[in-house]
Amino acid sequence: MFIDPKSITMDVLNLSTLMPMLIAIAGGLVILTIDLVKENIHKSLYVMLTILILLVDLGATLGLNFGPEEKGFFGIMLMDGIAILSQVIILVASVLFIPLALTSKRFHEYSYPEFFALFLFMIAGFQFMVSSDNLILIFIGIETASLSLYTLIALHNRHNSFEAAVKYFTMGALAAGFFSMGAAVLYGVSGSLELHQIAVAIQSRIAEPGIMVLLLGGAGLLLAAFAFKLSLFPFHTWAPDVYEGASAPLAGYMSVVPKLAAFVVSMRIFEMFIELQVTWVQDMVIALAVITMTIANLMALVQEDVKRMLAYSSISHAGFVMVAIALATDKANAGVFLYYSLFMFTNLGAFAMLWVSRHKHRIHHARYDHPYEKFSGMIKVMPMAAVVMGLFMLSLAGVPPFSVFWGKIYLMSATVDAGYIWLAIVMGLNSAIAAYYYLKLIVYMFLKEPTGLATQETVYYNVTKPLLTILGFAVFVTVASIFYVNPLIEYINVMVKATNFGI
Amino acid sequence: MDHILSILIFFPALAGILGFVVDKNSAKAYGIAVATIELLLSLWLWAIYDSSNSGMQFTEMAPLIKEFGISYNLGVDGISLFIVIMATLMTLIGIISLRDDTKSMKNMIVSLLFLEMTMVGVFLSLDAIIFYLFWELSLVPMLYIIGAWGGPTRVYAAVKFFLYTFAGSLIMLVGLLAMAYFYNLETGVWSFSILDWYKLQLTSDQQFWLFLAFFAGFAIKVPMFPFHTWLPHAHGQAPTIGSVILAAVLLKMGTYGFVRFSLPILPDASVDFTPFIMVLALIMVVYTAMIAFAQKDMKQVIAYSSVSHMGIIMLGVFAMNAEGLGGSIFLMLSHGIVSGALFLLVGVIYERTGTKVMDEFGGLASVMPVYATIFGVMLMASVGLPLTIGFVGEFLVLLGFYKVSVIGTIIAGSTIIMGSVYMLALFKKSFFGPVRHEKNLSLKDLDGRELTALIPLVMIVVWLGVYPKPVLGPIDNSVKALLVQMENKAQFDSTREAIIVSKKEVK
Repeated sequence: MFIDPKSITMDVLNLSTLMPMLIAIAGGLVILTIDLVKENIHKSLYVMLTILILLVDLGATLGLNFGPEEKGFFGIMLMDGIAILSQVIILVASVLFIPLALTSKRFHEYSYPEFFALFLFMIAGFQFMVSSDNLILIFIGIETASLSLYTLIALHNRHNSFEAAVKYFTMGALAAGFFSMGAAVLYGVSGSLELHQIAVAIQSRIAEPGIMVLLLGGAGLLLAAFAFKLSLFPFHTWAPDVYEGASAPLAGYMSVVPKLAAFVVSMRIFEMFIELQVTWVQDMVIALAVITMTIANLMALVQEDVKRMLAYSSISHAGFVMVAIALATDKANAGVFLYYSLFMFTNLGAFAMLWVSRHKHRIHHARYDHPYEKFSGMIKVMPMAAVVMGLFMLSLAGVPPFSVFWGKIYLMSATVDAGYIWLAIVMGLNSAIAAYYYLKLIVYMFLKEPTGLATQETVYYNVTKPLLTILGFAVFVTVASIFYVNPLIEYINVMVKATNFGI
Repeated sequence: MDHILSILIFFPALAGILGFVVDKNSAKAYGIAVATIELLLSLWLWAIYDSSNSGMQFTEMAPLIKEFGISYNLGVDGISLFIVIMATLMTLIGIISLRDDTKSMKNMIVSLLFLEMTMVGVFLSLDAIIFYLFWELSLVPMLYIIGAWGGPTRVYAAVKFFLYTFAGSLIMLVGLLAMAYFYNLETGVWSFSILDWYKLQLTSDQQFWLFLAFFAGFAIKVPMFPFHTWLPHAHGQAPTIGSVILAAVLLKMGTYGFVRFSLPILPDASVDFTPFIMVLALIMVVYTAMIAFAQKDMKQVIAYSSVSHMGIIMLGVFAMNAEGLGGSIFLMLSHGIVSGALFLLVGVIYERTGTKVMDEFGGLASVMPVYATIFGVMLMASVGLPLTIGFVGEFLVLLGFYKVSVIGTIIAGSTIIMGSVYMLALFKKSFFGPVRHEKNLSLKDLDGRELTALIPLVMIVVWLGVYPKPVLGPIDNSVKALLVQMENKAQFDSTREAIIVSKKEVK
């Protein structure tokens, strides 16, 4: 970490590794500057500008050299395969989610340019988070992203979005505390904050008596921190309230991007421990994964609100993917990315459907925005919308050949390969439990009579052409997944192989 | 016709998508036209099928997910050929039998056509993942058919049907993935092709667990005792068309899965599990026959008798000789046609009177003579009267099973008597004696629509009962090939002994 000042050359600095984040940050600043010059600009300009900036960012990311040892900026930036891959997925997801701001009705938050600037800063934070193996930079990335995200949630300007933001903030602060304490313990053990040096140090000291206690502290605290970020049991309780308080696009976004970023960091940290034969980390991760998916599934069964159901379902999906971290094989790691890229499209569609049906004044339920009753008999009122939403639900339930199914079998197959047949069966049974609550929405939409309130308007209240385009895209990608899964897996495998896990 | 199998699978799906555009008053005519073309296509497949070749024919192969060994792999042999024809036939008959005033007819036709795609797809797939894909997809249209057109507690029945089968098949999926993994360990490549799996040698431990995993998926579908509890609910609530397709085709997916997957891939485990399966199947045969006798509702009698016959099919499959296995495949066909027809017949009286309870009827034979005649023919076929289609399969199964267990055969054979008891009791209560209700005196006999649906079935029942050879020949060829393949793959002498390949031609 400490490089002699005289020896620094531009080669060592390798500043191009910072390009993607700098583009996002500069873009955010540009948006703020525009606001200084001229006020009351329509949100469509900001949305388009954000998309363009993100595309440039994507180009810069794809143009980077990558490899297991590709480093930059004093050696703290790490441009390995999964860093690039996760940045690509994060950027694609952001490009797809941000146009959901273009609703026909005016929403408070999108009239502020700060929303879009914060959005870009958040992405920069995620990008830092996934492309470093330095615990401090990871921490800064996490905090940049999270602080922006808290504000974005609060900007929705409703009573329960403030509640959500504060709740998320408090939990996030606690997680930050866990993270820094865990990092401090690891620093104490190894004298370094870079994961590859930590790995070497731990390996040389692994036989020392008492070292396990220190590692228990370090890994345990870090695991707790990431359990918060990934909403794993028992740190998952914030998720449903936060999803409910946030606007639907943001909730959908939160179910994919922050989780993927946290998964990448977890891969780097926990797979290092597993490679070092610290087996109880593996056991703990497996236990967390199994409990998370089961508890979240059971909770989702009793929800009365579709958005809360989707929140619990995304917790359960995170538990499902967490299994991959415990397996620590290349195939499992590839499965994480496959799963989240496919899950992204389906969740994009599902949350977009909630978003178009959001109505400020027509209340279906005193407590909830999207109670099941709202969708009752939708097949009669809006057949296309019902079919589309039904497709997304089937995909989430893992019915072939829709997108999430391929992620599911890839992960389950990785689990079987690693010799954990029982775990694969638990995953399968959990998918069967999950099918029930997805089916519940389908039952409401297809098999029940419409309530008096349901009209074309209730479903398509918020719709505009850009939103329809996004929805159409999500449907297409969900249905046609069988045709592009192969190149996707190939690409992901190349990227995962270009990564050093552990030592 | 190189791609006839793909055409068979995707023609109904494409027609289903286009069906959304068809005017709702023409939907039924559209459905009949599409289903007729599909039936003709499947008959054409029979015409160009080479009966002397016992292997897979018209195979198609295109890699889909190379990294993971999943490919689009289709093929047909004597085992699947006739089940496919039966599926397309029953879909057509089902669509013909729909009443013109069925609500949201267009949705019904579209779901039936999608269902047809998945059914044909299951029986023609040679890749485990493609098989699984159609297998799971078949749940969706059926869920909708039961849930949207069914009785008062239809939603409960539909969801129960979906979840039961979904849970079982996810365990089966783990088995399929493990199988692919073992294949990869052995050969270094990924493959989900069933034909590749046939060649793979597994240890008895692996076979044991894989058999259990497959069993979970298939047994729930059959449905084997004690996993049968979803079926009476589904039948009780399903509309006539739903019961017809469910009994005729969907249940056959389970028994077909045993024939296509469990037996040839896991011969040793299949032999080891034979006593277990036989006990379950015998319980299923006897127990459901007794429940059938206790029912008051005509449809429930048919439903339980259908489960009871599925038990006989299971016995035939696990007899593991040419007569038993061939007979059980023939019995799948005859069961499909007969139970489908019986459900249609119950539907007829239900539409007229609004009730299915037997005590409400009586004397129907004098009021509706044609109806009573057709009902009688189907009832005899169901009981297994000689010269009807039901006899051939049941006789062959019992013949095959006799070589395995004499006592078992006696128990299973006694159910034929029990079957006639409850079926004839049903017939007596409903069709003979005095007419119990005034209003039943004015019931109309079968009309043109119902006759169009039922007469072909009656003809098939008699034709294949008298002369089953054209169907039995190809079945027998493929079944023998399957048994030889099992015998070659078997690792233990005890397995080889248990697999009896009958050399003599089946009459």
